[in-house]
Amino acid sequence: MSEQGKSGAHIRVRRYSGSARINHWIVAVSFVALLLSGLSLFHPSLYWLSGLFGGGATVRWLHPWIGLVLAVAFLGLFVRFFWQNLPEFTDFVWLARIRHVLSGHDEYLPEVGKYNAGQKFVFWSQFILVGTLFVTGVGLWEAGLGYFENLLGFKATIDQLRWAALIHAGTAVLAITIWIIHVYAAIWVRGTISAMTRGSVSGGWGWRHHRKWLRKEVDKGEIERQRLTAAE
Amino acid sequence: MATFQPFDVIRRSATVTTTPEPNRGVEVVKLIDTSKCIGCKACQSACLEWNDMREPVGVNVGVYDNPHDLTPTMFTLMRFTEWENPQSGNLEWLIRKDGCMHCEDPGCLKACPAPGAIVQYANGIVDFIKDNCIGCGYCVKGCPFNIPRISQVDSKAYKCTLCSDRIAVGQQPACAKACPTHCITFGTTAQMVALADKRIVDLKSRGFDKAGLYNPPGVSGTHVMYVLHHADQPQIYAGLPNNPRISPIVEMWKGVSKYAGMAVIGLTAAAGVIHHILQGANRVSEEDEDSADKLAGGKS
Repeated sequence: MSEQGKSGAHIRVRRYSGSARINHWIVAVSFVALLLSGLSLFHPSLYWLSGLFGGGATVRWLHPWIGLVLAVAFLGLFVRFFWQNLPEFTDFVWLARIRHVLSGHDEYLPEVGKYNAGQKFVFWSQFILVGTLFVTGVGLWEAGLGYFENLLGFKATIDQLRWAALIHAGTAVLAITIWIIHVYAAIWVRGTISAMTRGSVSGGWGWRHHRKWLRKEVDKGEIERQRLTAAE
Repeated sequence: MATFQPFDVIRRSATVTTTPEPNRGVEVVKLIDTSKCIGCKACQSACLEWNDMREPVGVNVGVYDNPHDLTPTMFTLMRFTEWENPQSGNLEWLIRKDGCMHCEDPGCLKACPAPGAIVQYANGIVDFIKDNCIGCGYCVKGCPFNIPRISQVDSKAYKCTLCSDRIAVGQQPACAKACPTHCITFGTTAQMVALADKRIVDLKSRGFDKAGLYNPPGVSGTHVMYVLHHADQPQIYAGLPNNPRISPIVEMWKGVSKYAGMAVIGLTAAAGVIHHILQGANRVSEEDEDSADKLAGGKS
């Protein structure tokens, strides 16, 4: 085993199904489109970003529709990953040792399952933020607000709409911040991105960052040995 | 009248570059004397006529207001109120010509995210520039007087222009020209304030001791002013705001949230870059891979 290991042929472990990856990338693409179009209206110095979409008026009608796509797709991710993101005792131990997380000393961290506390934090905060952005976004949607008001039998006051504008902007800032953390973590922790591109990670990645999860997958026999077979 | 600097822009929406302190020159005011209004709606007709707009035929629901509210084509509206004066017991018919107040501190302009979609001229007029408007509706949220309306046809915001195109060629606003009782008058701020003072003295001498000028300081004054017989309670005139100001929610949204938001996003991104420079990548080691292989090998 170890000889083959040194030659670079290691096990790989399946992490995301094809449909989960497609779902994730729909969320990712729509999030980036929302980020760019939203920021173009957030600050005058970023208005030029509206040019990427064909001008301010296009951004204005397009942004809410992309928002609907994101809301629906995010709900899909939420349902898929809900169970694995429930908090457990290990998360608190992990958080208490956040110093070791940031310094890359994974050996001082407890063994974690499919998601660590940081990933769970991203999951739950984006759930709350996307939900808030959806509700406040409907309030700002000049063309769609009437439909939702009729649907709910509720007429928003002007002050509620002003709050919606303020909260939408503030929530978007937080969502972008969480998104930066999410993207950075995926880049910093090398070997992570293949989970969402190829659907699998190397066994060593699982051993280093999600050992409890790796043990479970190995127990289930969910490992890929195609490289090993090729080497033999 | 051609000295009103019709195209000197002193404020422009969603624009961060500052302009040199502008020469305001002569500022204009449209004065509406509610005590002289007879509710004929000539101003509404003149407004539609000049702006070449048509209102669809509406439905009578038993009130004089027609149409029922300001619309994307009806920039001005007579609002009728039957008010019982508790002191005299008299029924008073209060008629107020509603429309854009052309605030000196315009909430619509502050809220607007589209550069140059809303401008303020040196003469004080606040104008919507249709070509730059993106139809977001933020001006509606910024306005303390509930004036702008978004058109269902072209998704752009509309409101009274104070006939900036007529002023530019030395004409007075269409509504003022059509008004048969000189209830609506137009001129420089100084002229109009002096005229209002005269009217207020007259009204006071005839028993309206609370008569006064409506030029709310909360929005740094307006370029459309009212003479009210009951200036102590503007709200009885179909809900004219008592102390209008740009909502603090809007001020927060357009003020601190922009800077704080940009800072939070920028600092987070910077923290990522710095962390990566100091810490380097978190790489999976060969030992990790071997351990995983061993784990898998042991089980299969």
